[in-house]
Amino acid sequence: MTDAPDHGTDTVWVEHVALIDRIPRWLAMLGLAAVVLLIWDLATARTGWVSPIILPSPKETLDELVMVGTNLLSGGYMLGALWTTTRTVFWAFLLSALIGFSLGVLVGETKFGERAVMPYLVAIDTMPKIAFAPLFIAWLGFDIASKVALATFIATFPIIVSTAAGLYAASENERMLFKAMGASRWQTLVRLKLPNGLPYIFTGLKIASVGVMAGVITGEFLGGGKGFGALIRESASMLDTPRVFSLILYLSLLGLALFFAVAWVQRRLVFWNKGDRPGGVG
Amino acid sequence: MMMAEPRPLTASPAASLRPVYQIERLSKTYARNMLTALTDVNLTLHKGEFVSVVGSSGCGKSTLLKIMSGLMPPTKGRVVLEGKPVTGTRADIGMMFQQATLLPWKTTVENIVLPIEIRQGRAAARAAIPRALELLTLVGLGDFAHVYPGELSGGMAQRASICRMLIANPAVLLLDEPFSALDELTRDFMNMELQRICAEQQSTAFLVTHSLAEAVILSDRILVMKPRPGRIVEEIAIDLPRPRTLDMVNTPRFGQYVAHIRELLGKEAFQ
Repeated sequence: MTDAPDHGTDTVWVEHVALIDRIPRWLAMLGLAAVVLLIWDLATARTGWVSPIILPSPKETLDELVMVGTNLLSGGYMLGALWTTTRTVFWAFLLSALIGFSLGVLVGETKFGERAVMPYLVAIDTMPKIAFAPLFIAWLGFDIASKVALATFIATFPIIVSTAAGLYAASENERMLFKAMGASRWQTLVRLKLPNGLPYIFTGLKIASVGVMAGVITGEFLGGGKGFGALIRESASMLDTPRVFSLILYLSLLGLALFFAVAWVQRRLVFWNKGDRPGGVG
Repeated sequence: MMMAEPRPLTASPAASLRPVYQIERLSKTYARNMLTALTDVNLTLHKGEFVSVVGSSGCGKSTLLKIMSGLMPPTKGRVVLEGKPVTGTRADIGMMFQQATLLPWKTTVENIVLPIEIRQGRAAARAAIPRALELLTLVGLGDFAHVYPGELSGGMAQRASICRMLIANPAVLLLDEPFSALDELTRDFMNMELQRICAEQQSTAFLVTHSLAEAVILSDRILVMKPRPGRIVEEIAIDLPRPRTLDMVNTPRFGQYVAHIRELLGKEAFQ
């Protein structure tokens, strides 16, 4: 027996891989969902620890989901409500994108915007914007206009900030290049700063898409009307918790659709921004 | 206090050629902090000549380059390119920076015609595409004309930016440490490429660099600058035969040039 290292065999050893790293993502997600459903079912239907008024059982919720789904598909009154909310969300998102982008360019591109306008925007942004809901209803009535206004008011600020940040994002080298090429201010804005800022602008649009949903539903809670928010409030006032749950689930599909629509446009438009930019701008 | 003894200026091999860029009695003072960045700089670039400027940080070489490119006005003196005073950026000044700075949403060839697009519009840029493809072939990027810069390596991106600099047939090339962000092997290779391209295009080039070896291997003349206030203290003609090769780095003559410049700059560092 000697201590001499043996030169014959390869140095092969097995690196330890944690259990969670060996499980595929879909299985992990499915597993977690199963556990949550099981606990949910145990706490409600099996043992009755939680009152059905507070939390319906998974079975009740599923039945209600099917019910609401049938109503939506058969073109019932719920579809009308969903359509009202969709229109409201659409207009609010469009308006906040237009206003947010314009103000963002004003703030990001001009000294006037940066010095004179931005402080006011910051001041307004710090206000609890939902508190303006009664005013919008008083000004614009109970139809969708007041909801559009509230949601726009909430969703515009992230777009302003991200657009301005996007315009600032062009590097010193890029600005010098454009200056050396004799580019006008307009050319620098349109050919350099805006395309360069698109990833930022889309981040703002994604945040706004979430904000618009919150704004519209808040508006519908507080200002009535014919939207999904009003349906949820009615169901909640009748203690119909399963109905509230399923309405929220369907509503979240609208929010997801908007979010992924924005993400889809971003992938098409900002095709070059996949991670880092090795050969491009430093 | 020791000062570098001024050597008699060797006559430049290109002195008989037509002057392209002339600078006389150039001074630059920053009014804000009364800092004299440059004082009494005199410099002539002749047609086809390659001139480098070396010096420690803060010696004013970047300021000099900014003034030469029309990005910054001088405080005093004459700055004349092709008989016309430089009063702003111009189409006949080609510039190259440390970073390739290619726009990632444009293909390589679209990036190269960008200066044309900015100055003369989209139609002129389209018309310049055949010329851009020729230049890409010249730098060995012929197959990469229609890919996006994200797919180019650092060296390839800098070669593309050489093409962008050449697209408008500039009278002078101003090179601001163009390869200093590349790894050393790529950098040596790119320097040889630059020499070949400048020879083929008969370019008049002005290089700012930190690397003494790079300056010696590329230049016909080297200007040594010192700070406080920024000024040219010596002009050294490099009479190594052309075309230069990387092997010349190992010759005694090359070593003497580098040693001489290092001594000039080294003394300054301790003052």
